[in-house]
Amino acid sequence: MTRETVLEVRDLRTHFFTKAGVARAVDGVSFSLARGEVLGLVGESGSGKTVTGFSLMGLVDPPGRLVSGSIRLGGEELAGLPEEGWRRLRGRRIAMIFQDPMMTLNPVLRIDTQMIEAIRAHAGVSREAARERAREALARVGIPSPDERLAAYPHQFSGGMRQRVAIAIALLNEPEVIVADEPTTALDVTIQAQILYEVQKLCADTGLAMIWITHDLAVVGGLADRVAVMYAGRIVEQGPVDAVLDAPFHPYTHGLIGSVPSQNRRGERLTQIPGMAPSLLSLPEGCSFAARCPRADAACTVMPELSELEAGRLARCHHPHRTLETARGGAA
Amino acid sequence: MSAAPLLALDAVSKRFVRRLDAAEKIVNLFGGNRREEVVHAVDNVSLQIAEGEVVGLVGESGCGKSTLGRVVAGVHAASSGRVLWRGRDIDSLSGAERREATLKIQMIFQDPMSSLNPRMRVRDIVGEAPRVHGLVSSGEVADYVDRMLLRVGLDPSYKSRYPHQFSGGQRQRIGIARALAVQPDFLVCDESIAALDVSIQAQVLNLFMDLREDLGLTYLFISHDLGVVEHLADRVVIMYLGRVVESAPAAELFADPNHPYARALLEEVPRIDTRKRVFQPVKGEIPSPLAPPTGCHFHPRCPHAMPRCREEAPALREIAPGRVSACHLNEA
Ligand SMILES: Nc1ncnc2c1ncn2[C@@H]1O[C@H](COP(=O)(O)OP(=O)(O)OP(=O)(O)O)[C@@H](O)[C@H]1O
Ligand SMILES: Nc1ncnc2c1ncn2[C@@H]1O[C@H](COP(=O)(O)OP(=O)(O)O)[C@@H](O)[C@H]1O
Ligand code: SF4
Ligand code: SF4
Ligand SMILES: [Mg+2]
Ligand SMILES: [Mg+2]
Repeated sequence: MTRETVLEVRDLRTHFFTKAGVARAVDGVSFSLARGEVLGLVGESGSGKTVTGFSLMGLVDPPGRLVSGSIRLGGEELAGLPEEGWRRLRGRRIAMIFQDPMMTLNPVLRIDTQMIEAIRAHAGVSREAARERAREALARVGIPSPDERLAAYPHQFSGGMRQRVAIAIALLNEPEVIVADEPTTALDVTIQAQILYEVQKLCADTGLAMIWITHDLAVVGGLADRVAVMYAGRIVEQGPVDAVLDAPFHPYTHGLIGSVPSQNRRGERLTQIPGMAPSLLSLPEGCSFAARCPRADAACTVMPELSELEAGRLARCHHPHRTLETARGGAA
Repeated sequence: MSAAPLLALDAVSKRFVRRLDAAEKIVNLFGGNRREEVVHAVDNVSLQIAEGEVVGLVGESGCGKSTLGRVVAGVHAASSGRVLWRGRDIDSLSGAERREATLKIQMIFQDPMSSLNPRMRVRDIVGEAPRVHGLVSSGEVADYVDRMLLRVGLDPSYKSRYPHQFSGGQRQRIGIARALAVQPDFLVCDESIAALDVSIQAQVLNLFMDLREDLGLTYLFISHDLGVVEHLADRVVIMYLGRVVESAPAAELFADPNHPYARALLEEVPRIDTRKRVFQPVKGEIPSPLAPPTGCHFHPRCPHAMPRCREEAPALREIAPGRVSACHLNEA
């Protein structure tokens, strides 16, 4: 892909300084995002996906702090920006969709009031023009009879509709990048498919770039161009969706794919990853996956680097699976 | 099938009445017109489950899956219809027999935290019911609890801990151990793995499959995750707004769904091996269960709806051996 890069994240570190110790929630995350591209960010709960998203939005609150790293949006450095600067950007050039749409919506305000304010906060347009833009945004995410819907309150919508309104609000100022944090996880598959359908069209039609955070590999397979797999605050594998899902390098990715029921034949035991994710407060020396990894050996007491094993494909592992022993049928 | 099914539902309905709250009653005193609302959460469902069978129950949120599961497990009484255990109406059983039948059917919930008493130690959570019901003597309880914990893959040395000291996957195992401790024949699992991470889901699913193998358990497995149901179930029952619309052997259903809703639903499932798919969603919202559409409940969203569908509810008809579907299209 030689599309223009809109977002470039380098060695991002966001740590939480708690009484119990320092939680390195995001610890050296790097990736880039091109125009119109969808990057799937997957991992178990607690692996640092949401904190990564919050860091990109300048939304990390104490005891959390962006410790180091660079976030370049269209060439402009965001790391270290004062709150004032973030407020100018947020919602205009980069926007976030949350798992719970009520993080975006104000329950006591009508939808039109909320949308018109969101537009006028960033663009000097008339109320009438803002209203028209709000109407268009609702129509774009597939909300029927947007004129009537504008006059409604959030509680008058179903969960799926509320999420669409939240997406419409994120789109209002035509941001370059949207960070979507598990926006369909709580929704039914039929409603999820409706939203994925709209999102797919938007990225293709408008060049919007998107980070889609999820724990659902199947959604990533259907939606994303590239995928980054997080484990204990670090990206352990990254690459084009097809390559990663068909022939993962990292033992964790390998195990995750094996855990998905449809990858296994009916009624057979699923290939399970033993144990559970380590506490961020007491990470082991060396590779954080070692305690659960069937390939671990003495070498793994040293933290592996994220290295490029094939063009565009990165993995952080001393003993990666090579292409011939693929996920399907290959022994873990 | 010659022997009576292990469990049968005969025209079971469950209605909930939403009573007027104080404010609404006052509104009525002043000439308002607020009426009680009735939800037909389960509407005339008949179902047979054979010994050793795993039946998957799927459908969109609010369609009545949990309610049906609770009626089966005796948590809710049916508003009408009969629940038959080994051919006998549970309501007609007297004291000891009835207790025996209800112990044999155990339910495992979605959120293990809210279904485990936070102030009880694991050994009491697991050991209490078998002791109270005289399945083990007081002297044997400790050993018995150890065996149950081992059975679900938990270290018995944890038995003095409280639920909050465990991870989500471990808590779900405690819930399973508690259910197994009363030596059930039948487990109703309501979204029992939905709250768990993918890698932990695989561990718990494997445990369910092992228990089936080792103890000959029968399952009603409620899930919105069709991949999981496809993997685990022998037969799948699909509900829409309180009614069963199709029931079929899992392999046949997934290969060739009959009911238009079943087709739409299976179409939506993201699959890890389908990449960059174009999502083609079913139109429309899930209708309110308070005011379900007339005739066939699915008609407003159905691409094949005919005038008749608006008026007349289609009956479930056999369309192949062991396979029923409720759609007017099946009448030649
Ligand atoms: N105790 C109750 N009182 C009143 N209405 C109820 C009660 N329990 C369920 N209902 C209603 O019955 C219908 C079916 O609910 P149920 O919980 O069985 O759905 P479900 O299929 O399990 O949904 P989900 O997938 O969201 O768990 C819903 O409309 C719900 O609001
Ligand atoms: N406000 C906070 N204080 C302390 N630790 C936090 C806070 N927010 C997040 N964390 C920790 O950061 C880690 C990553 O969290 P998160 O990004 O939310 O994970 P997920 O991948 O599930 O989105 C977790 O271990 C979490 O406990
Ligand atoms: S570095 Fe070692 S322990 Fe870590 S994933 Fe690779 S093989 Fe496993
Ligand atoms: S009965 Fe009519 S509306 Fe209902 S599923 Fe069949 S064709 Fe569609
Ligand atoms: Mg999160
Ligand atoms: Mg339910």
